[in-house]
Amino acid sequence: MSDTKIKISGLKKAFGKKVVLDGLDLDIRKGESLVVIGGSGTGKSVLIKCIQGLLQPDAGSILIDDQEVVGLKESEKEEMHSKMGMLFQGGALFDSLSVWENVAFGLLENQKMNKKQAKNEAIRVLRQVGLAPDVADLSPSELSGGMQKRVGLARAIATRPEIIFFDEPTTGLDPIMADVINDLIIESVKGLGATALTITHDMASARKIADRIAMLYKGKIIWQGTVKEMDKTTDPYVCQFINGCSQGPIKVEV
Amino acid sequence: MLLHAIEKFLRRQGKPLVKFVTRIGELSIFIAQSLYHSVTPPFYGRLLFKQMIDIGFYSLPVVGLTTIFAGMVIALQSYSGFASFGAESTVASVVLISVTRELAPVLSALMVAGRIGAAMAAEIGTMRVTEQIDALVTLSTNPFKYLVAPRLIAGVLVLPILVLIGDVIGIFGGYVVGVYKLGFNPANYVNATLQELQALDITTGVVKAAVFGFIISLMGCYNGYKSKGGAQGVGTATTNAVVSASILILIFNYIITEVFFSK
Repeated sequence: MSDTKIKISGLKKAFGKKVVLDGLDLDIRKGESLVVIGGSGTGKSVLIKCIQGLLQPDAGSILIDDQEVVGLKESEKEEMHSKMGMLFQGGALFDSLSVWENVAFGLLENQKMNKKQAKNEAIRVLRQVGLAPDVADLSPSELSGGMQKRVGLARAIATRPEIIFFDEPTTGLDPIMADVINDLIIESVKGLGATALTITHDMASARKIADRIAMLYKGKIIWQGTVKEMDKTTDPYVCQFINGCSQGPIKVEV
Repeated sequence: MLLHAIEKFLRRQGKPLVKFVTRIGELSIFIAQSLYHSVTPPFYGRLLFKQMIDIGFYSLPVVGLTTIFAGMVIALQSYSGFASFGAESTVASVVLISVTRELAPVLSALMVAGRIGAAMAAEIGTMRVTEQIDALVTLSTNPFKYLVAPRLIAGVLVLPILVLIGDVIGIFGGYVVGVYKLGFNPANYVNATLQELQALDITTGVVKAAVFGFIISLMGCYNGYKSKGGAQGVGTATTNAVVSASILILIFNYIITEVFFSK
């Protein structure tokens, strides 16, 4: 039994003629927080969706806890999802349900917890992400963007998953709120001892929450290392990206 | 050169065909998955109940208004058509047959398609483009079981009930015009109606309604589920859901009538 939680090798995915992932290899260790950085449209979201089985990769293998997850049957996928949580970029909160029902969704529908217990648990998790109990009965549309992110985070961690995915957790938030969310992510990931995979292009956020950073470019991981190593690296692609220069080896495709 | 031109021509002509066949395949897979997930646990009874209320109870005013005026106009039209001899029994039986066989099921279904098919496509479509459907999956919940199955089952169960109620209201509409406008004897009119009443007419109406209910929910869910590209995509899905459901209702209305009444 290795200490690798997720092992991705040779992952390929194309949409029509557009190749998005082109033989991507990446290992994520148990309990670490890995941040994948890369420009818009480089396939960061596609990577997460492939790992979760929301998209079927064209080729390659993804091992989670040494078990192949590419091509799993639906019932097996559901089991796999029960050890995962995900914070969506736009929140993706269910607008037909109240805030607490959103947070407790996994507990109510899958763990078959009774309503009262689930609500108490939801309120506890909401408090953990800094929300007062009185938001529990509101509808998600009544909340601000930052609060929706917090509810999304609460929903992702409520089932105590082993792996948590964060899809651009700070996009669309002001810098202070972004930092608050960063703190919450660190806290909740460490609190659960979970493995975290974040995709972002917000370097401040990446520096803060990452144990390790990997850079995605043209469908491959072209560089990986710690934040310290990233600051020292002479890799021209990484330098251009973290400094945000329009000049360099990375050409922006318009 | 010529070969190249021919290839280009064929390629252009073939594209819509390939697209069409792809659509049919996609829809078939969608139907198969929906049916499979409708009959395998877990079942969401609470959601089924909510859909039945939405599709059934809240459609009552629309269905009531549609069928009462349909019954009334048929009474008026058939009287002006065959007024002279045995008007009472003729009008009563024309109203009865046309309402139970055709008007109540078809008009109700078309109204419900506009009301419910559109709402389903818009709701599920919005859930798709805001990643709520992906969120369901990551929370180990099958979207077919959670979203599609309750709507399909509710459609099939509720439309027949709506149509039965529409039958009664439509016939009552005919009675109102017959008695208060055309001056028929109420007792004779009711007698004529009861004499003409046949199980087959009601049955075909109910069978049609169940099929139409399936079509409405299926088109609403399918178009919503496959929608992409933000607000515009959801708009397109909504339009497609209503248009395709309406056309399919009319086509299947003919097919079912053919099966029951052609000898």
